[in-house]
Amino acid sequence: MIPDLVILLSWIVGLLIVASVIGGILEKTYSADGQNEAIENLTARIRAWWGMVILIGIAFLAGRTGVVILFALCSFAALREFVTLTNVRRSDHWTLIIAFFVVIPFQYWLIWAGEYGIYSIYIPVYCFLLAPIISALRGETDNFLIRVAEVQWALMICVFCASHVPALITLEIVGFEGRGVLLIAFLIVVVQLSDVLQYVWGKLLGKHKIAPRLSPSKTVEGFVGGVASATLIGASLYWITPFTSLQAGMMALVIALMGFFGGLVMSAIKRDRGVKDWGHTIEGHGGFIDRLDSVVFSAPIFFHLTRYWWA
Amino acid sequence: MTRRPSFPTRIAAGLAAAAIELFARLITAVRGDWQGVEPVPGLRVYYANHASNGDFVLIWAVLPKRLRNRVRPVAGADYWLGTKIKRFIGRHVFNAVLIDRVGGGPREAPVEQMAQALDEGSSLIIFPEGTRNLTDEVLLPFKTGLYHLAKARPDTDFVPVWIDNLNRVMPKGEVIPVPLLCKVTFGAPHRLNGDDRDAFLARTRDALLALAGDAA
Repeated sequence: MIPDLVILLSWIVGLLIVASVIGGILEKTYSADGQNEAIENLTARIRAWWGMVILIGIAFLAGRTGVVILFALCSFAALREFVTLTNVRRSDHWTLIIAFFVVIPFQYWLIWAGEYGIYSIYIPVYCFLLAPIISALRGETDNFLIRVAEVQWALMICVFCASHVPALITLEIVGFEGRGVLLIAFLIVVVQLSDVLQYVWGKLLGKHKIAPRLSPSKTVEGFVGGVASATLIGASLYWITPFTSLQAGMMALVIALMGFFGGLVMSAIKRDRGVKDWGHTIEGHGGFIDRLDSVVFSAPIFFHLTRYWWA
Repeated sequence: MTRRPSFPTRIAAGLAAAAIELFARLITAVRGDWQGVEPVPGLRVYYANHASNGDFVLIWAVLPKRLRNRVRPVAGADYWLGTKIKRFIGRHVFNAVLIDRVGGGPREAPVEQMAQALDEGSSLIIFPEGTRNLTDEVLLPFKTGLYHLAKARPDTDFVPVWIDNLNRVMPKGEVIPVPLLCKVTFGAPHRLNGDDRDAFLARTRDALLALAGDAA
């Protein structure tokens, strides 16, 4: 077991304990009968965070196999949410069955086996060409391009991009052997704290909406404060990474920016489809994609930056 | 009442129930939305749209556990007595009220069977379209059974239940389901209130269509 991982997990658990205590006090004071919706949502979110941290912690301790299985299941749940909101129809049935029951397992098996040469092109090239063929063979032409594009987008976001999180564990970095799981921890901690801190800064100081049509709750103040604090936190976490503190800060900045814009893009899709959340599976948070949107946008970039310069 | 099944049968039924529920949740992440009523036992008939064989599994999956044995689906005996496994699931997992659809018996028999189950303290799940809707229509016309049951037991609450998206999970003619989110919405209850047949069937059908509109 990696001592640094244990230290990091203890920090996270400590943070959650503090959050739970504050949430509990707020609930007792302002929402004893569940009348304050914001506080009810906050405590529901904290409860769900406990669940997520426990799951991720178990996966981390189980190593490569655990992380691969965890993210394969996340991809499954995310794809299920994404496809629900698309125009796919009866004639795409087999395309979707293959997406769920062949593409996800195969992509994650490639990740597990560390087959970088294949997993980085399997969905962008092979699925890109084969999925429309399967749909075309069923002969339904209505909205064909839209349906095919939606399936490809769903696979890219929910499977390809998400699978780059566990792929971090397969990077071979000199002097960092056996510590790949910490790169994942770094990515997830920075992205999620960036999201939380954007929310907190926005609530405290937020005045100017940054994208009123896409995401009315996001403000310039929240964006700047959240990204800046996430960058500082990333820099201070350099001891779990192969980076220096300056490099770790730069990485965290890139991660936080990609995460923020990923959230905007996914919001645009939700607005277009007229829904508030992607799903209902994680209490207080909405669906899996609501929690993963920023991670999936930053994971491939973080993966490639690390791979080019360190692996 | 039938006699209590043996211990191994109950264990097997419990395991089968858990497996069916896990599978349904894995594929649909189904969520119950109790808009018009609370999930409590009572003189109640849940009537739902019927587009897939999995319909009452989803309703059953969103019922609180303590209700499950007291809410009995009404289903065709020809289907559920077909094989040993179906018979076991129909009788011991879902505790179905099996109706003879093929004929032979008197026409009132099904209504009597349902009324008797209500008298025993169970609630019922029925699909008033009578058969699976494999057309592009949102909802087929109702059969008259719903009205005859209401007339036989006029104090019964008829709760509309809209099952959303399951027809996309398993379109007609497909065997393997595609995982998509599903939702089961429970509307406000209706009673006969002295309506005649056509008025009652129109009123209950409109209530179900209204839920469908909300869900879309």
